[in-house]
Amino acid sequence: MAVLKMQKINICSMKKNRKQILETIQSMGVIQIIPDSGNEQGFHKMDTSAQRFQFEKTAATVDQALEILQKYVPEKQGMLSSLEGRKYVDHQIFDQAMENKRLYLSVANEVVQSEKKMAENHANILKMQVKIDNIRPWMNMDIPMNTTGTKKTDVLIGTLDREYTLEQVYELLVQEKIDAPVDISIVSASKNQTCLVLICLKRDTGMVEEALRIHGFARVPFLSRKTPKHRIETLLDKISQLEEETEKIKARMSDLAVNREDLRLISDYFRIRAEKYGVLGGLAQSQNVFFLSGYVPERDAGKVVDKLENNLDALVEVEDIPEEEEVPVQLSNNHFSESVEGIVDSFGLPHKGEIDPTFIMSFFYVFLFGLMLSDAAYGLIVSLACGIVLLKFPNMEDGLKKSIRLFFYCGLSTLFWGLMFGGFFGDLISVVASTFFHTEVTLPALWFVPLDDPMRLLLYSMLFGLIHLFMGLGIKGYMMIRDGKYLDCLWDVGLWFAFLIGLILLLVPSDLFASIAGQKFVFPAFLGVIAKVLTLVGLIGIIWMSGRRKKNPALRIALGLYDVYGITGWLSDVLSYSRLLALGLATGVIAEVVNTMASMMGDGVLGAIFFIFVFLIGHTMNLAINLLGAYVHTNRLQYVEFFGKFYEGGGKPFAPFKQHTKYVRIKEDH
Amino acid sequence: MSDLGIVFALLGAATAVLLAGAGSAIGVGIAGQAAAGVVTEDPGKFAKVLILQLLPGTQGIYGLLVGFIVLSNIGLLGGGVADISLQTGLLIFAACLPIGLVGLISAIFQGRTAVASIGIVAKKPDQFAKSMLFPAMVETYAILALLISILSVTSIKI
Repeated sequence: MAVLKMQKINICSMKKNRKQILETIQSMGVIQIIPDSGNEQGFHKMDTSAQRFQFEKTAATVDQALEILQKYVPEKQGMLSSLEGRKYVDHQIFDQAMENKRLYLSVANEVVQSEKKMAENHANILKMQVKIDNIRPWMNMDIPMNTTGTKKTDVLIGTLDREYTLEQVYELLVQEKIDAPVDISIVSASKNQTCLVLICLKRDTGMVEEALRIHGFARVPFLSRKTPKHRIETLLDKISQLEEETEKIKARMSDLAVNREDLRLISDYFRIRAEKYGVLGGLAQSQNVFFLSGYVPERDAGKVVDKLENNLDALVEVEDIPEEEEVPVQLSNNHFSESVEGIVDSFGLPHKGEIDPTFIMSFFYVFLFGLMLSDAAYGLIVSLACGIVLLKFPNMEDGLKKSIRLFFYCGLSTLFWGLMFGGFFGDLISVVASTFFHTEVTLPALWFVPLDDPMRLLLYSMLFGLIHLFMGLGIKGYMMIRDGKYLDCLWDVGLWFAFLIGLILLLVPSDLFASIAGQKFVFPAFLGVIAKVLTLVGLIGIIWMSGRRKKNPALRIALGLYDVYGITGWLSDVLSYSRLLALGLATGVIAEVVNTMASMMGDGVLGAIFFIFVFLIGHTMNLAINLLGAYVHTNRLQYVEFFGKFYEGGGKPFAPFKQHTKYVRIKEDH
Repeated sequence: MSDLGIVFALLGAATAVLLAGAGSAIGVGIAGQAAAGVVTEDPGKFAKVLILQLLPGTQGIYGLLVGFIVLSNIGLLGGGVADISLQTGLLIFAACLPIGLVGLISAIFQGRTAVASIGIVAKKPDQFAKSMLFPAMVETYAILALLISILSVTSIKI
């Protein structure tokens, strides 16, 4: 249960070792580099942004190639493949791939170019198809498409904008009082257009065309010297050529796809290099030496020093960090508790001087989560699912693994509470027994059934809440004592404890409480006196001591009174734990609703089929929605009620310089 | 007059389910519109915004819960309807009001808060845990109302 202790590490070495040292640090991944402030005389920084950009671009190109390969030669991926995590790859295999990086880069480029070529082909094919569609009505015309005429005659090729027969066209000419010799042949006619070829003497052309134009005639400016039929054939030929080419490229893609693994390595290689150059750009360098400083967890410091000093001829110095300096935070907990690190992390890592709440929180988290979901079968399902995933995908990414482990534990706790309250898919056992077997069987609750006695569970919920809150206040006190502020601890924590415990002791034997709990508590007389004393000491103490930093006595007491008003906060905090009851009941009752609905068709085969159908859908939904509810509200109880007592967060996470890869994790052999 | 008892009891169950359910429908609806907007920009945030969209859905479940307890208490589900006096009927009706009304209002406001939280996820996905907290705050009051409704409904002797 702790925040890892950080130390500062300073490394100085000759420039010739620079590459090796940086690579070693990167592969160890335990140092967060502090960018050089650039104030040292005689040192300067290198501008590496151009190289860095180049490497990032290369990595992006390879990624793009991989995406294209996935599109044309899909790799089979299971539904749960996202759980697998990045593969581990031996150092040697990685280095081997690097030696051939030029080859693989050309593969990546070829893939990208091929995709471009395919896109072009596709566009060209579409264009040609449009052309063919335009020419098709002219199929029966047996002269070259760009014919304009002979020495004496003009040939007009064009369309009229609706359907005409040959006679109708001649009639049009008569209508317009044209009596020049004209030869017309209709090539094709459809509802929207009539394609025709008209031959007339050159001197009549203008007149004839003008006459027809009134009726919607327009020349079609073909350029091809071929007849339409011939032209279409050539276009079709070209299309099939392009299609063939595309097919060839596709086939080539599947050849190229065998390089997929190596392309991934290459992409990660350039990603690693880009990061290295980013760090290199922040180093202080002189003519012959370079200098680097960073944070390193104490437990890893020895290893780093050993490696750099003995193997790489560097001068390394490790120093403790002065108290007041803000250091990056890395949490370290036991196997069970580290599963809630993600939850702490999303609230905020411990700030300077705060303790890591993970350890204590982990127990409460699992406990409260189970209480909210509280159904043995649901707990079993969640635990089994998470357990199987954990066993089946041992290489899962760390963060995901921790979350799934958390749900595994929460499932166990849910199972426990489910048995305590006698919930197994709600009241499934008794419903099935009475519907199909006509007997009375119930799963006995080990403790009690909440729906029969909600008041009792409400009181227990508040009791658990009180323990949780007192734990929070206790941690606040612990932190003050640790920092040597004994008096502050007494005033700010001790007095509150006295006040609250006194109040509780006064409340429990009262008639009000008896009517709620349905049971009268009688305390011995001395306890009553102690309760009154504690309450009064606490109350007066808080009024007087809360504002102790103010000189003005009136202001001091006003502040004290305001602080006492904080008791309402405590009341609402404790009441807030009533959600344990509400959510627990919600799971159970909705499960019962599902079971009741499912059993409506009675027994028999049809009834059983209907039962199973409703059962599956209903309980899946109930589990999903209550899992969400339990997760959200457990978080809320931790964040608002528990953390509210002692924890602020806001620490900066430890971000070591390491190999941030996308596809593989490189195994180092040391 | 005494026949009206069962009517009021059923009216109570209906009120709880109806108002709380309507509130949740509105809340989940407006949150869903915001969620859909985020997913058009970045489909990767689907799971996160879906969780936020679902948060105002619980009031409907609380209403159902109270409604169901009422129905099973007055024996409508088992077939043997209990003999309920007018006074008991009205008591049940009153007991159902908190979750009905608070459910309606809190679900709508929780929906609006969820919309704002979806905005957080759209811009800063790493702040998801905190964004979940704001709608959860509103829910507290629905839970308190649920508590009183359940406690009253279960303690009314039939």
